[in-house]
Amino acid sequence: MFAAEDTKSQDLLIQNLENILNKIKQNKTPFVNENFQHFLNTKNGYLVSSLVTEFLQFFDLGCTMAVFQPETGTLHGSDRGNLAHVLGIVENENTRVGPLLLEVMKRCQNFSSRGDGSSDSSLPVLHNLVTELPLLEAKISLSNKAILRYSRQLVLPELGVKGQLNLSKSSVLIVGCGGLGCPLAQYLAAAGIGRLGLLDYDVVEMNNLHRQVLHGENRQGIPKSLSAATTLKQLNSEVEYICYNMTLTSKIALELIQQYDIIADCSDNVPTRYLVNDACVLTGKPLVSASALRMEGQLTIYNYQGNPCYRCLFPVPPPAETVTNCADGGVLGVVPGIMGCLQALEVQKIASGIGTSFGQFILMFDALEGRFRNIRLRAKNQNCAVCGANPTIGVLQDYEAFCGSSASDKCRTVHLLSKEERISAQEYKKILDEKVPHLLVDVRPPVEVDICHLPDSIYIPLDKLEKKNLDCLNHLKRKLLEGRLKTGEEMSFPVYVICKLGNDSQKAVKILQDLSGKELGALLAKDIAGGLMAWSNKVDPTFPQY
Amino acid sequence: MAASVSLQLEFSGGAELLFGGVKKHHVTLPFQSDACDIRHLLVWIKQNLLQERPELFIQGDSVRPGILVLINDADWELMGELTYKLQDEDSITFISTLHGG
Repeated sequence: MFAAEDTKSQDLLIQNLENILNKIKQNKTPFVNENFQHFLNTKNGYLVSSLVTEFLQFFDLGCTMAVFQPETGTLHGSDRGNLAHVLGIVENENTRVGPLLLEVMKRCQNFSSRGDGSSDSSLPVLHNLVTELPLLEAKISLSNKAILRYSRQLVLPELGVKGQLNLSKSSVLIVGCGGLGCPLAQYLAAAGIGRLGLLDYDVVEMNNLHRQVLHGENRQGIPKSLSAATTLKQLNSEVEYICYNMTLTSKIALELIQQYDIIADCSDNVPTRYLVNDACVLTGKPLVSASALRMEGQLTIYNYQGNPCYRCLFPVPPPAETVTNCADGGVLGVVPGIMGCLQALEVQKIASGIGTSFGQFILMFDALEGRFRNIRLRAKNQNCAVCGANPTIGVLQDYEAFCGSSASDKCRTVHLLSKEERISAQEYKKILDEKVPHLLVDVRPPVEVDICHLPDSIYIPLDKLEKKNLDCLNHLKRKLLEGRLKTGEEMSFPVYVICKLGNDSQKAVKILQDLSGKELGALLAKDIAGGLMAWSNKVDPTFPQY
Repeated sequence: MAASVSLQLEFSGGAELLFGGVKKHHVTLPFQSDACDIRHLLVWIKQNLLQERPELFIQGDSVRPGILVLINDADWELMGELTYKLQDEDSITFISTLHGG
């Protein structure tokens, strides 16, 4: 009975549809909307339709595209790279996880939220060039507003009105608006420093927010210097903020640094630390330097009142392979926070005229033990290449070449394997889908495996594999045996190695290749290029990124 | 004169990772204190304590660039560097400099 009624309704529906279609066919230009066509012929119209096309392609909405693309003349599909370029979007790992339309949305939201509490005219200006700044005016007295604002520190005899006036006529350049730079800038702005130069080449990313506390969720993709200044402006609008969205290079360092009274090194890499040091020595500026990693921090004031410079202590840069960045080593957010606050303290002491406590000392902070130690350092080295009696460095150098590493803390990409010894994340997905027998070996440390991992992988940390740890090798041997039982003994058993980014996995493949044919039996080891992050980007967007 | 030298060794700034992740080591060296300087200590550390990749700790007969050595909380350069004669109960610290920010 129900079936009969259903058929009846279906017939009715089809009849109706046919009627409508016939009416449409009678009309010669059924879907053409003149306004729409006109809009499509404008530049913005083309951008909008390209954005929608890219959006549909991103989510594989093929059926919708069949109608949309012919209508809008975007039949050939959109070139995402070109579109991003036209829109001024710099693609990174955060932008690639979504359609470009999402990036456009984010930027619109950022612009509207930036207006909060400050009018448009007071928005910080982003500098892409080093320009000559006007001299900071020295004030003769404090305004009533300033007296009220700084009253709690004005009554300190160590600071007083004179110290406060000194602060207000001082300029400080902060190299790096990250974990150290954020708290440093925050306390300097709050204390009433005259001018803050904020330099950073990078944009805000989600994984910055646990320690870079001036930025926020709505600032992703925005230059860090601009984001920091935006927050600081709300804290103290009397301070002058100069944003430099650039890498500090030998070309601009002297011109930039000579415009400031005190320089704070809040950078995250060795070449920049040598560059900032040399530029400070050549321009005679005190350098307030700090660094942090994992649960430790270090602080020193270089090149101040006849004390040593960074090169006096470290004439030779460390081998690149001994330098760990925050992404690899990890960092507890509050640790750079504490070190940045200590930098703020020493900058204020120098700027106000109190003087620093760390001229020939290094302060070491061990967060795990809750211990601060002051270490007495050597005097200035008379043979120092830059600040010694007969310096050999009179102009800035190529610091990346000198240190053998790049002036950023981004992860390096190593190339140990040939193309044939690697597969892509997508190729590995195919192997999984086709149920090709293999073994997946995850070589990350256990703490990272706890964060996320692929099912059916076995875990052998690289350091244990390097040491040929017996338990690990036996485990591997057992798993290989199980696999071979399923496939027959003739072939070299396929082993795929994965890590976070595809660097350690290459090292592991080299080791496995050495072991192949010996204690592990014949195996064919390859690594998954780009590692789990490529898996997340290219295959499974629900897989977490870290 | 003591027949051996007891020392408090400490590794930090990531240098401890070459020593099984252990920061503090209380060690007794089978040397007479007047015959034992930092140069000897480095050789002893390399042979007895260092667990991996010695090139990341020692270069030539000294520590690699980027490691600061402290003798009783003072820069070893103030104390004679490799030639400093170890005293019983000295505290020697090896700090790998940090660069993160």
